[in-house]
Amino acid sequence: MSFLKKLTQKQLFLPIFSMILVMLINMIYDISKGYAFYNFFTISINNGILYGRLIDILNRGSEAAILAIGMTLVVSASAGTDISVGSVMALSGGVCCVLLAGPGNVNVSEFAMPMWIGILAGILVAGLCGAFNGFLVAGLKIQPMVATLILFSAGRAIGLLLCNSMIIYVNNDAFKVFGGYCWIFPTPVLIAAACILITALVLKFTALGTYVQAVGINKDAARISGYKSSAIIFLCFVICGLFAGIAGIVATSRIYSADTNNIGVNLEMDAILAVALGGNSLGGGKFRLSGSIIGAYTIQAITTTLYALGVSSSQAPVFKAIIVILIVAVQSPAVKAYFARRSAAKQAALSAGKGVQA
Amino acid sequence: MEDNVVLTMRGITMTFPGVKALDKVDFTLRKGEIHALMGENGAGKSTLIKCLTGVNDFEAGEIHVAGIEGPIRNRNTLDAQKKGISTVYQEINLCPNLSVAENLFIGREPRTKLGTINRREMVVRARKLMEDLKLPVDVTTNLEEYSLALQQMIAIARAVDMDCKVLILDEPTSSLDDSEVEKLFTLMRELRAKGVGIVFVTHFLEQVYAVCDRITVLRNGTLVGEYPIAELPRVKLIAAMMGKDFDDLAAIKPEGGVHIGTEDLIDAKGLSHAGKIKPFDLELKRGEVIGLTGLLGSGRSELARAIYGADKAQTGTLKVKGQEVRIKHPIDAMNLGMGMLPDDRKAEGIIGDLSVRENIILAMQAKRGILKLIPMKEQEEIADKFIKLLQIKTASRETPIKQLSGGNQQKVIIGRWLATDPDFLILDEPTRGIDIGTKTEIQKLVIQLAQQGKGLIFISSEIEEMLRTCNRMAVLRDGEKVGELSGDITQEQVMKTIAGGDKK
Ligand SMILES: Nc1ncnc2c1ncn2[C@@H]1O[C@H](COP(=O)(O)OP(=O)(O)OP(=O)(O)O)[C@@H](O)[C@H]1O
Ligand SMILES: [Mg+2]
Repeated sequence: MSFLKKLTQKQLFLPIFSMILVMLINMIYDISKGYAFYNFFTISINNGILYGRLIDILNRGSEAAILAIGMTLVVSASAGTDISVGSVMALSGGVCCVLLAGPGNVNVSEFAMPMWIGILAGILVAGLCGAFNGFLVAGLKIQPMVATLILFSAGRAIGLLLCNSMIIYVNNDAFKVFGGYCWIFPTPVLIAAACILITALVLKFTALGTYVQAVGINKDAARISGYKSSAIIFLCFVICGLFAGIAGIVATSRIYSADTNNIGVNLEMDAILAVALGGNSLGGGKFRLSGSIIGAYTIQAITTTLYALGVSSSQAPVFKAIIVILIVAVQSPAVKAYFARRSAAKQAALSAGKGVQA
Repeated sequence: MEDNVVLTMRGITMTFPGVKALDKVDFTLRKGEIHALMGENGAGKSTLIKCLTGVNDFEAGEIHVAGIEGPIRNRNTLDAQKKGISTVYQEINLCPNLSVAENLFIGREPRTKLGTINRREMVVRARKLMEDLKLPVDVTTNLEEYSLALQQMIAIARAVDMDCKVLILDEPTSSLDDSEVEKLFTLMRELRAKGVGIVFVTHFLEQVYAVCDRITVLRNGTLVGEYPIAELPRVKLIAAMMGKDFDDLAAIKPEGGVHIGTEDLIDAKGLSHAGKIKPFDLELKRGEVIGLTGLLGSGRSELARAIYGADKAQTGTLKVKGQEVRIKHPIDAMNLGMGMLPDDRKAEGIIGDLSVRENIILAMQAKRGILKLIPMKEQEEIADKFIKLLQIKTASRETPIKQLSGGNQQKVIIGRWLATDPDFLILDEPTRGIDIGTKTEIQKLVIQLAQQGKGLIFISSEIEEMLRTCNRMAVLRDGEKVGELSGDITQEQVMKTIAGGDKK
């Protein structure tokens, strides 16, 4: 019993628990359909690329995972969320495509300039958006939710303006790679893996983690001990913006077009949820990157599973919400306290019983 | 239960992961007595109190309260309050961003006929409460605007205003001056006369002998004994707490004094911060320990904060080691070799969720910068060094600091600053909440640092402590530095200068 209690207190308990839950549902589904129970995990190579439900989840979940990295840092340092990331994704894709297509063109197969310039520009613009958010939050001390609300609505609009309210197609194989396949692997998975790896290494070999957490937990104490909280919070928003840019390029490349109205819609919610599902407090402070990442893929797994179960895409959000509520409730202080109390009462009854016997 | 007993706790046992905080502890509180609960840092005093008020869930034992059938188990502080148990916790747990009046009446707001909160009456009653205690407080201002000492008095006022039969005060005097302590004692005596049982936790032995009737001593989570005050003189009390004999009053200043350098380490001219500290001059040489003294709100912390850049100085010039410098942010001061231990441990000291190790290396890491992570092995060595040096009682170096007892948290923060090896260190109430044995160790450490050629500013509401460590004292009154004392300073001399009269 105390083992179970200890387990539920581990920060990674929640995301891993949810992941297992999703897998179980998949297994039950497969069995009921008469497939092998391990169908969920089967990976095969068809036409020279990897296939399987697991691969699909990893692939589709890439953008949310990339966003979750930056979101984790923002939440930890500022105790707030960046709700502009989905919108910034669309903007970054828009900038990239406009540059690659050249002015006035809506459908090209030849680049108007080297591809890397377009991609870099898209990511940099997203970084600038992050800097803008960071300035509002750290410099002007505006609440993160309110500050990022500006780009939440304006980011997409600017993207539309740039594209002249049209969908710009960049029909070039070199550009399609980022949302397509690299040898047998889906490229988005590789990009997400690279982003995660780099961040993990930075956290391991620099003091970024200490800086962010110290500021997030107790700003005043951190200040007296020599930490510039504004600078740290600003930095986190910039990083968050840059990752939104990368996610934007991936999403754009998948459909090889800057569909500003549809890229990254609602993805900020997935990113925020991923952080919470990862066992990280949205009140800021201590964080665990691995939790957020697992959280992001869990959300994708839920979505994919729902589609596999035949839930229509208009109903899916409802089911998603119910599952998320369940998972989050398990970890809520109220429910935890309830279980703690019950086990304490049991313990007391137990020791009282012992007393009688002795 | 005997007639005159209001509270009994029997066989209370409580385990935290890795620590047995309480092991079959008994405690009895009688009507109309002030009962001191004593013990070293981490002995289990606060834990025992929290078991009573329902903050902690104890595993075994029974609690009985007069007038209530059968053993009780409170679910939370509010629950305890309803049973007549009113508590002031060691770490003030009021809401900084609510007004003083709101804080005074949280959970028991006066209501209008419609059932909404009657703000007018709340403010009137709050004003009356503050006036009775002669506290200079505007009750409509947010609590966070006031100093820690005033916040502590407000927390006390809140607790005593409730109708209770048991009043618990966990280190209520840790940041109070003599005059506030006197106010508190008067209050306590009045309540005692009314038959309230009071539990009083403190590390100040004189205070125990000034007001208490009985003493219960804990050591390492076990009960040492319960004694009437007359049977436990000071020396025996210390022996009971520490488990060995110890002379906390022995002189610690080295024979012949410390060698004081010639070069000014700090030379401040006309520094000020509007509304907090008027322009002041201060020089400090290597090997000097200068004490800042004055009444509550006299600006003694503010003076130090202006030098360190915690409240950026708005006028004047500051020279460090002869060089004129501009300090915009504490990190600038740290890079010049300064350090400051702030007085408010909870608000400006601990990073609660981080481990003891991370808290110790915190300032050192800031000095090295974000790119130069201190290697884990070095971090562990440093943490272990200070855990040993300061005798920090913790389950492990990876324990979150918020799980340590108050005094042990304070030791960690002291360790944080010692780890940066500063040339000039400001210690604002460094021994707050620290037990008597370690207190002497810290005072010795201060003198040792001075001997190594460092300069220190020492602030304490305990004048004796400063007399033991400082070779010079600056006196403050109403946000202004009004004089300096040096040579063989006596307590009377200090008191006289604080009270006013002779401006030097
Ligand atoms: N929340 C907690 N989690 C884990 N351990 C705890 C927690 N609170 C207290 N402890 C441990 O219980 C022991 C007793 O702590 P307690 O706070 O009761 O000491 P104390 O006598 O009040 O000391 P101090 O004089 O420093 O305030 C300590 O070893 C402490 O580390
Ligand atoms: Mg305590």
